[in-house]
Amino acid sequence: MSDAAINDERIKEMSPLRRALIRPELGGMVGTVAVFTFFLLFAFDSGMFNAQGVMNWSVVSAQFMIIAVGACLLMIAGEFDLSVGSMIGFAGMMIAIFGVTLGWPMWLAIVTTFAICIAFGALNGYIVVRTGLPSFIVTLATLFILRGFTIFIPQTAERKTIIGGIREAAEGDWLAPLFGAKIGGPIFQWLGDMGVIGVFTRGNRAGEPVVDGIPMLMIWAIALVIFGHVLLTRTRFGNWIFAAGGDAQAARYTGVPVDRVKIQMFMFTAFCATVFAVCQVMEFGSAGADRGLLKEFEAIIAVVIGGALLTGGYGSVIGAALGALIFGVVQQGLFFANVESSLFRVFLGVILLLAVILNTYIRRLITGER
Amino acid sequence: MEPIIRMTNIEKHFGSVIALAGVTVEIFPGECHCLLGDNGAGKSTFIKTMSGVHKPTAGEIIFEGQPLQFADPRDAISAGIATVYQDLAMIPLMSVSRNFFMGNEPIRKRAGLRFFDHDYANEVTMTEMRKMGINLRGPDQAVGTLSGGERQTVAIARAVHFGAKVLILDEPTSALGVRQTANVLATVDKVRKQGIAVVFITHNVRHAMAVGDRFTVLNRGKTLGTAVRGEITPEELQDMMAGGQEMATLEGSLGGTV
Repeated sequence: MSDAAINDERIKEMSPLRRALIRPELGGMVGTVAVFTFFLLFAFDSGMFNAQGVMNWSVVSAQFMIIAVGACLLMIAGEFDLSVGSMIGFAGMMIAIFGVTLGWPMWLAIVTTFAICIAFGALNGYIVVRTGLPSFIVTLATLFILRGFTIFIPQTAERKTIIGGIREAAEGDWLAPLFGAKIGGPIFQWLGDMGVIGVFTRGNRAGEPVVDGIPMLMIWAIALVIFGHVLLTRTRFGNWIFAAGGDAQAARYTGVPVDRVKIQMFMFTAFCATVFAVCQVMEFGSAGADRGLLKEFEAIIAVVIGGALLTGGYGSVIGAALGALIFGVVQQGLFFANVESSLFRVFLGVILLLAVILNTYIRRLITGER
Repeated sequence: MEPIIRMTNIEKHFGSVIALAGVTVEIFPGECHCLLGDNGAGKSTFIKTMSGVHKPTAGEIIFEGQPLQFADPRDAISAGIATVYQDLAMIPLMSVSRNFFMGNEPIRKRAGLRFFDHDYANEVTMTEMRKMGINLRGPDQAVGTLSGGERQTVAIARAVHFGAKVLILDEPTSALGVRQTANVLATVDKVRKQGIAVVFITHNVRHAMAVGDRFTVLNRGKTLGTAVRGEITPEELQDMMAGGQEMATLEGSLGGTV
């Protein structure tokens, strides 16, 4: 295609800056650079950037990423899920009830929990598309319903709201390591031996590296980000996600199965929440009724920082992943920099507001609205 | 020549309301058939019957020589009857090429997985748009940045690319400025020359006269007959649309500006 032939004097040449500005990931990229610059300048000596420190904020960021991918695709499809946090608590508790209280094999507990949670996601989606109610209200109801069950069930079954013994119950199971194991141990041992990363000098772990492997949680995060990004930008279904969120009626006219797309995105969000929950209970060895509080908002904030529009139809999984990274780095970084941790919430509020304002501006740039 | 679609004595009742009370139209390939009528004349009901949204209460539809009953709009689309509605079914935030192939995404298989073939989509979009006389900045340009006329043209080009034999345009010029109207009318002309039957719904006689080959006037759910280009004046069409009576007195006081 020759560019010279299609020049048209009515089309204003687009400056590279403007072109870059309409990429949804821009905000996330700028934010990531800013955040890393800030902490490299002010917290470099705090241990934030040695092996242990990096692992610390990477794990937190990876947690945010897992739920942000689901929230991102759902938001682009034009809906919200406020029940993500409750779903995390609920899923963890289900694993404990099935695997510990009822003594099922751990793989069966995990598979059953996934099935139940994805079914709840489908129910959310079904109610939203059938009633036409805002997903905000429908999933707010699910938020309370699931949280209620998460407290009620263990209290009835075990007379307590925290159930431990999950790690022991998962011993020797074939499926549990997919969520709870760490990989690359020998490499880290070697790095420790080489002196690249620190090793413990005292105690019963003397000689072992301070970081003994990459948790499966991070593998899940990366895999989900890649999967979400490819699905959204490179497949037919991805086009349907954009279309369903951009204008559902227009999408229906051209034959896009909007209702199915939305329900499937609710199911995917529930899947992501369950992955988060399983990784968490495998790491902690216990399930608590208060797990996952406020996670739905943190997921949504990460997605918005990543450039997605709250109104749907526009956004990027890579952006959402960067939003999650910013989130994790700042949350842990303030701790390393010895800043009062309550200020993190102030930061969060400010950055959210800035992101929403920026996104609205970018939306105008793209659509030419005035 | 055989008409591609012939609709005889179509009636459509909604409960006690008679929206169509006997509409008869023949549409030939390669013609621009203007369907004129004032508000409430039954234009919308009629095109929805033609495009499979409504089932007629009575009457017969013959499409390519076969009697036809559409179950839903998808039937009509796959038979080759495409409708470009006023709201266009375009998503402003999405790129032109994503809009162009929305619901009909081209697939390329790689390693057994099915991917959206962006290269093909972009190329086809650019080519089709250039054929219609619109130079895009790029296939990734958002539809929101296009003018109303350009969007109309994208919607028409999309319908044509996906094999429309009959293209129904629902008041494509009603919200447009002078220059954009001219562009859309030029597009209609290009489409007609490809041998596609265009059904052009409008209540603007001038726009109809500019591209129409034949004119059918709808009034109170009935066809008042079809006229051929050159055998009817704009004033006569205007009178038929308005029902003839008050228009004559009105036009006197307005000096023929309507």
